[in-house]
Amino acid sequence: MSDLSELYQQVILDHNKAPRNFREVPDANRTADGDNPLCGDRITLWVKVTDGVIEDVGFQGQGCAISQASASVMTTVVKGKTVVEAEKLFRAFHGMVTGTAEPDRTTLGVKLVAFSGVKEFPARVKCANLPWHTLHAALTNGDGITLE
Amino acid sequence: MDTVTQRVEPVATGPKTFDAERARADFPLLSRSMRGKSLVYLDNAATSQKPRHVIDAIHRYYETLNANVHRGVYQLSEEATSAYEWGRAMTARYLNAPSPAEIVFVRGATEAVNLVAATFGRQRVGPGDEVLVSAMEHHSNIVPWQMLCDERGAKLRVIPMNERGELVLDRLPDLLTPRTRIVAVVHVSNSLGTVNPVREIIREAHARDIPVVIDGAQAAPHGPVDVQALDCDFYAVSGHKMFGPTGIGVLFGKRALLDEMPPYQGGGEMIRSVTFEKTLYAPLPMKFEAGTPNIEGAVGLGAAVDYLRQLDWEAVARHEADLLAYATEAVSDIPGLHIVGTAARKTPVVSFTLEGAHPHDIGTVLDQEGVAVRTGHHCTQPVMDFFGIPATARASMAFYNTRDDVDRLVAGLHRVREVFPR
Repeated sequence: MSDLSELYQQVILDHNKAPRNFREVPDANRTADGDNPLCGDRITLWVKVTDGVIEDVGFQGQGCAISQASASVMTTVVKGKTVVEAEKLFRAFHGMVTGTAEPDRTTLGVKLVAFSGVKEFPARVKCANLPWHTLHAALTNGDGITLE
Repeated sequence: MDTVTQRVEPVATGPKTFDAERARADFPLLSRSMRGKSLVYLDNAATSQKPRHVIDAIHRYYETLNANVHRGVYQLSEEATSAYEWGRAMTARYLNAPSPAEIVFVRGATEAVNLVAATFGRQRVGPGDEVLVSAMEHHSNIVPWQMLCDERGAKLRVIPMNERGELVLDRLPDLLTPRTRIVAVVHVSNSLGTVNPVREIIREAHARDIPVVIDGAQAAPHGPVDVQALDCDFYAVSGHKMFGPTGIGVLFGKRALLDEMPPYQGGGEMIRSVTFEKTLYAPLPMKFEAGTPNIEGAVGLGAAVDYLRQLDWEAVARHEADLLAYATEAVSDIPGLHIVGTAARKTPVVSFTLEGAHPHDIGTVLDQEGVAVRTGHHCTQPVMDFFGIPATARASMAFYNTRDDVDRLVAGLHRVREVFPR
């Protein structure tokens, strides 16, 4: 049963209202733009990777609460993680919001599991995934991505 | 409301009110429930619901009339052809076209504009020429002209609008230059609801011998169109926005222009004779209808305008004006809500933003309340850019909507405000 409070959990509303790491990272060595042309959500992501570790990450963008909160939470979670760990989180998050995998609570942690309600709202899955796809693009080839 | 004394017999002196409840009963889908509540459908500018009259006509077509048209010598094919041509004749009447031969069936308004751009446009537009559109066009009345201009080395120019979402017609004389070859303007804006003074624009353009294409997709659902009074050269509509099926629409074109235009697509149905040396094209309108057409669509569209013509359109106009005024006032009470598009003349469309809540979140919360609205840029990105916003939420109403629907919208917006405090 889809329920609004399942979708808009407090963590999400909080990060939407006050996004963390909402800034350009001046010495970033990876960057990517992500946009969802159908709904207009867009983010730009800056990542500074040193020796395989995400030393700093920031984003700017505009869009719905889900996309902006997802970007904000993501930056707080991946900061300090290795690129390999971030990619593992990407796959776990993707599996959770698309409903193709049970949420891996140990890997994801409570803040990312807050997005599990999104799977009940098919139209909003792309919103939650956009920042993660953008991160994936920044870490792999640095090109922008477009979610169709 | 004032209390009125009940009369023994209603006296037919005052203007008749439109019975929206009775109209609703003609639309089966409107009685379905959504998320445990009765559905409030406020996305009519995206597509309209279909009256039983249309659904039955399509059903009947397949059960009793299905055959290919304009080919068979057998009676069934003749009956199918009659049904298809009946759809054309009915639509011609709804648009007041001088002749059904000036009514070309297409997939929708988008294809109608593409047809004109690819045939008439290619004939007329050359390097250094100009095509004039307006600031509030749907992408379907921008992109085909942009493609044409790119191909021909021509320039796309734009009639600006003001902050209320009205075209600035003072600029029109300057924008209609000796190089302007075509003017293409939307009759009613899908994202703002603005009703444009197209008659005036057409008059100005014609004074300089410039032909005018009108995108009427959002106008036709709000009443019959008179292409002769407008004197437009082309007029495009989509069936599904005017209570007919999807995949069918109409291009009206003046016969003299259609006659001179090359075909849009080649194939069967559009020819008189074919040899490997030369093909002679069929007369109007078949010249523009290559391949087996959307027969059920034409029949369904015919049924839609057959349904529409029995409505009291003066009463509908009053009802829609009341809905617009009521909705405009009601949503204005929501803290932080800003209406986008406040033109003096509007269809019942209320596009808005809400501080602290993105349109998609508004859409999701309203959906939970059983209220369907459109959110996004509505295929009018230049309009969004003009207002400096990424998207709006849009409630677009039809004659079957009621004040109750508006009340449900407003209740839903208060719920949005709860989830997303300012």
